[in-house]
Amino acid sequence: MSVEILGLSRRFGEAQALRDVSLSIAARAFVALLGPSGSGKTTLLRILAGLDFADSGTVRIEGRDMAEVPARERGIGFVFQNYALFRHMTVFENVAFGLRVRPRRARPPEAEIGRRVRRLLEMVQIPELERRYPDQISGGQRQRVALARALAIEPPLLLLDEPFGALDAEVRKGLRRWLRELHAQLGITIVFVTHDQDEAMELADKVAVMQAGEVSQFDPPDVLLERPANAFVAGFLGHAARLPARFQGGTLRFEDPGLGTLPGAALAVAPRREGAALAFVRPHEWEVRCAGEGPGEGPGEGGRNAVIRASRPAGGRRHLEVDLAGLTIEIEVEGGAGYEPGRPCVIRPRTARAYS
Amino acid sequence: MRRPGGEPRVEVAAEAPWVRRLAILLAVLVLGLLLLLPLLAVATEALRRGWTPVVAAITDPDALAAIRLTLLIAAISVPVNTLGGLAAAWCIAKFDFPGRALLLALIELPFSVSPVISGLVWVLLFGAQGWLGPWLQERDIQIVFALPGLVLATIFVTFPFVARTLVPLMQEQGRSAEEAAATLGASGWQTFRRVTLPDIRWALLSGVLLCNARAMGEFGAVSVVSGHIRGETNTMPLHIEILYNEYQFVGAFAVAGLLALLALVTLAAKALLERSGDLARLRRPPA
Repeated sequence: MSVEILGLSRRFGEAQALRDVSLSIAARAFVALLGPSGSGKTTLLRILAGLDFADSGTVRIEGRDMAEVPARERGIGFVFQNYALFRHMTVFENVAFGLRVRPRRARPPEAEIGRRVRRLLEMVQIPELERRYPDQISGGQRQRVALARALAIEPPLLLLDEPFGALDAEVRKGLRRWLRELHAQLGITIVFVTHDQDEAMELADKVAVMQAGEVSQFDPPDVLLERPANAFVAGFLGHAARLPARFQGGTLRFEDPGLGTLPGAALAVAPRREGAALAFVRPHEWEVRCAGEGPGEGPGEGGRNAVIRASRPAGGRRHLEVDLAGLTIEIEVEGGAGYEPGRPCVIRPRTARAYS
Repeated sequence: MRRPGGEPRVEVAAEAPWVRRLAILLAVLVLGLLLLLPLLAVATEALRRGWTPVVAAITDPDALAAIRLTLLIAAISVPVNTLGGLAAAWCIAKFDFPGRALLLALIELPFSVSPVISGLVWVLLFGAQGWLGPWLQERDIQIVFALPGLVLATIFVTFPFVARTLVPLMQEQGRSAEEAAATLGASGWQTFRRVTLPDIRWALLSGVLLCNARAMGEFGAVSVVSGHIRGETNTMPLHIEILYNEYQFVGAFAVAGLLALLALVTLAAKALLERSGDLARLRRPPA
């Protein structure tokens, strides 16, 4: 089911939750709305579901204007952040709810409801829990019940609000993989809200990065990381270090003299204008040489400019926290030895994304 | 080193035994003096001369009329307030609309004004000298000093019970279950009946029973609109007062005992229903 969002604005009292948001989501897409809290992503999701209404702008789903369509007639699946399960119903009845409230003509017979609910519980891998109540199962299991309940109405569009927010890391990882498989298997459109960039990057084929009620960039994860549209996206994604610099004559000169310069050709994204610029360098984009390996003594141009503060292994690589004249910079390096804390080093960015 | 703040809290709880015992003793004493003793006094006073005068006082035609009237007023005003209170609580807790805070304040109005005023407003509105008095008289409609006035006054005084019990609970439960029901295709009525109502049933019951107890026991407002016509507009509390003022102490205490018994039955019903509700929860399959 395709979703067309045009010039959507929403204001809550003084706060502008959404300003002139436009997005075009293709049928069968898997889209993440990513942003810090208060960026308007949940408001956008709720407007899509018909649980909230825009002050201006249009939402079209499969080409149909949704302005006059109430939530209950949209047939959109919605999984709430706190799951919003019906406390007084068993897991079975929770999942069956969407079928039982149908008008008599469209309501499947009892045997068919039972079959469908059990098939859904099989699919979310909790068939043994059908007689339990929500307060008797774990967070991850509740999440699965909420999903099964939303899927029971066979929605062509599924919306999830922070689907894995309250779960521990291990459960989250399993559910992510499983949700991606589900997407492939059911062929439905999924839009989910998250503040976790790793989650967005891992799951979605397209991510909308939101900030202060606006969509900063809407692109596939590779493009977002390679070519961030602005300084906000570059700083928000990829755990980049933020370094003041100047762009002059096609060369980027870092304000910290120890970091030297980068020629325009080495920049992944160059500033549009000459003058003051903000450069972003990701942890794996640094060159690190520590004492004893090469030339250079003392601070200043070409000399040691940094000290290792902390060093820990990270899956075959090594994660360093380096002090650069009072600024803490995260760096990822290959290999292990020679990076003990306290060691003076020379660090240089290999590339950067810079914005004026 | 001790964690700051952690240690003193433990000491406060550990040092308490005798303080706790004293507090419990005090509570029991106050409860006994203020709540149980009066009940006991009513019972002993009524039974001072044995059962015969008690039965006579209760089966007196005026007393029977008062009992019938009290039950009739409760039977009308409790359902009205149940529906009204439910609707008000539902609006306040589940929707945002201008005037929401005002509505919440208005619901508490009957609690904050004196019952005498609650009765007087109806006299001012519908009495012979009231705003609508002449209009009603022309059409021979009797409101004040008749059943409609008594019911109106009772409804007004007991309105807050259901709404006030429900609003905090419904606000705490939030709206997400209702929103979930909406996305699943449920209509407003289906959502109310299948999602909202089951979640609030025990609070609702508690509110209804309190409302009922007060509806049967209300004195002030009812006294103003009643007119004290024996056998016609006297409710049980009013009948008790008349008997008392006429020095018929046994009769007064007999009817008072019956009224107290009705209230106790209501409270017992509430406790019993809540218990069976808890049991139903416990009987769920083990976690």
